[in-house]
Amino acid sequence: MASIDEIGKELGEEFAMFDDPMDRYEYLIELGQELPVMKDEWKTDTNVVKGCQSTVWLHADCVDGVMKFHGDSNTVITKGIIALLIRTLSEQKAQDIVKNDLAFIDAIGLRGMLTSQRSNGLSAMVQRMKLYALGYENSNR
Amino acid sequence: MSEEAKVLSSIDLDTLESIRADFPILHQEVNGRPLVYLDNAASSQRPEVVISAMVDYYRKDHSNVHRGAHSLANRATVLFENARLTAQQFLNAASEREVNFTKGTTEGINLLAHSFGRKFIHTGDNMIISELEHHSNIVPWQLICIERKAELRIVRVTENGEWDLDHFDELLDENTKLISTAWVSNSMGTINPVREIISKAHSKNALVHLDAAQAAPHFVIDVQELDVDFMSLSGHKVFAPTGTGIFYGKANWLEDMLPYQAGGEMIRDVDFAGTTFNDLPFKFEAGTPNIAGAIGLAEGFKYLMQQDRESLIAHERRLLDLATELALEIDGLKILGPLNNRAGVLSFNIDRIHAADLGHLLDGQGVAVRTGHHCCQPLMKKFGIDGTCRASFSIYNTEEEVHIFIKALKRAIKMLS
Repeated sequence: MASIDEIGKELGEEFAMFDDPMDRYEYLIELGQELPVMKDEWKTDTNVVKGCQSTVWLHADCVDGVMKFHGDSNTVITKGIIALLIRTLSEQKAQDIVKNDLAFIDAIGLRGMLTSQRSNGLSAMVQRMKLYALGYENSNR
Repeated sequence: MSEEAKVLSSIDLDTLESIRADFPILHQEVNGRPLVYLDNAASSQRPEVVISAMVDYYRKDHSNVHRGAHSLANRATVLFENARLTAQQFLNAASEREVNFTKGTTEGINLLAHSFGRKFIHTGDNMIISELEHHSNIVPWQLICIERKAELRIVRVTENGEWDLDHFDELLDENTKLISTAWVSNSMGTINPVREIISKAHSKNALVHLDAAQAAPHFVIDVQELDVDFMSLSGHKVFAPTGTGIFYGKANWLEDMLPYQAGGEMIRDVDFAGTTFNDLPFKFEAGTPNIAGAIGLAEGFKYLMQQDRESLIAHERRLLDLATELALEIDGLKILGPLNNRAGVLSFNIDRIHAADLGHLLDGQGVAVRTGHHCCQPLMKKFGIDGTCRASFSIYNTEEEVHIFIKALKRAIKMLS
């Protein structure tokens, strides 16, 4: 399994192939469409991530110290962002997520594309995923 | 060009180009495309004269106002008070004593809620707002009504987003002290029937405050002709700096109202045995004012007043009509607000597409709009929606920009479908 930072770099290279911001959005939308459908039973109030203009749900499981994330949103572009985060952080060890400095977000190169509202949403999602990982890490000690 | 278009084409293209040249910020690219700025209801842009006036003030004339003994202080005071006279002219107020500088509309409303509410609203009284108000014209009233144990009554708006005047008639009674409403709705652009509201209110001895934040850029204001009792507006919606605004009130009411913020400038004598307050307009202007801001505000007013206003109003009307006409050709597009009877704003949703996604993809094409609840959560809840996508026009926008916006919108819809 590639590391968080390696995947972040890979994604950065994928997005950098597109000069036109609209092509980057197109790609992001495609990634969001490929997101596995999230079970309705996981769309609870506790799984809602605040700090987004749209509604975002994030659900996490941990199996043998490895995090598995599931997410959904009522907005298409946010789904794309969730897809990026899941590709980077899902199937990673909880302790690696907790330790990561989140530089991969800048490596993907999305901040320039995101308004501050969306940036807040992105930060909120990543913080939530980190918190889940921390929670599982602590409960496994 | 069709005959209709010639009639409607109200602005000389050279004039429009000259206006656009006055606004330095418009001439840039966003995401590799020319900026099409359609978020004017959120904030308008500044012409060079406004920017220069403020910078020049700091470079040449700054000193504290009203009490200085030296030449700079005198120059600053003259500039500041002349700015007040310009504001008086912009509103056609009877006296400069009725014109107060504020931080904006929100501060004006809070001033009124505090200074009028705490003295004149009592237990058992009511005051009236409507379902379409901006939060700044809801929350201060909620707070003061709780404090004064008064009732806050809410006029319904119709499915079209217009005041239900029949409902207003039911709510207005002899215990109504004040009606506060937007002249133009920021979320929908609806033009409220303010003359009728004022006339009905006065027949029951109730006063009227108008939130003119969205009206000031689009209408010529004459507070005497309107016979409105109070009015608030924001400078940054009228080509002037942020953090500026005007609160207007009829002198007899302002005389009687409590002071708002207390401190320097608004006092006559301070003594621990008792303090007396300054005359109007200084009574409501505590502390050192935003002098540069006031000067910039006056330049914004002057900039508008120097134009052929009728021609600009017709131009804005044309832009909105064109945008509406083209938008209605899009499948699944629903406008929030009345089809006509709007100023400056086109607010809409597209079936099965979230407004936030539209805003993002429009930005990707250089088009700036706003998405969300536009600080009108009660109105959005009434219509059962999260928010809308809002395009808002100003004097420097062009018909070409309307076409670019519509084309960009269609591309966004295609990508999201």
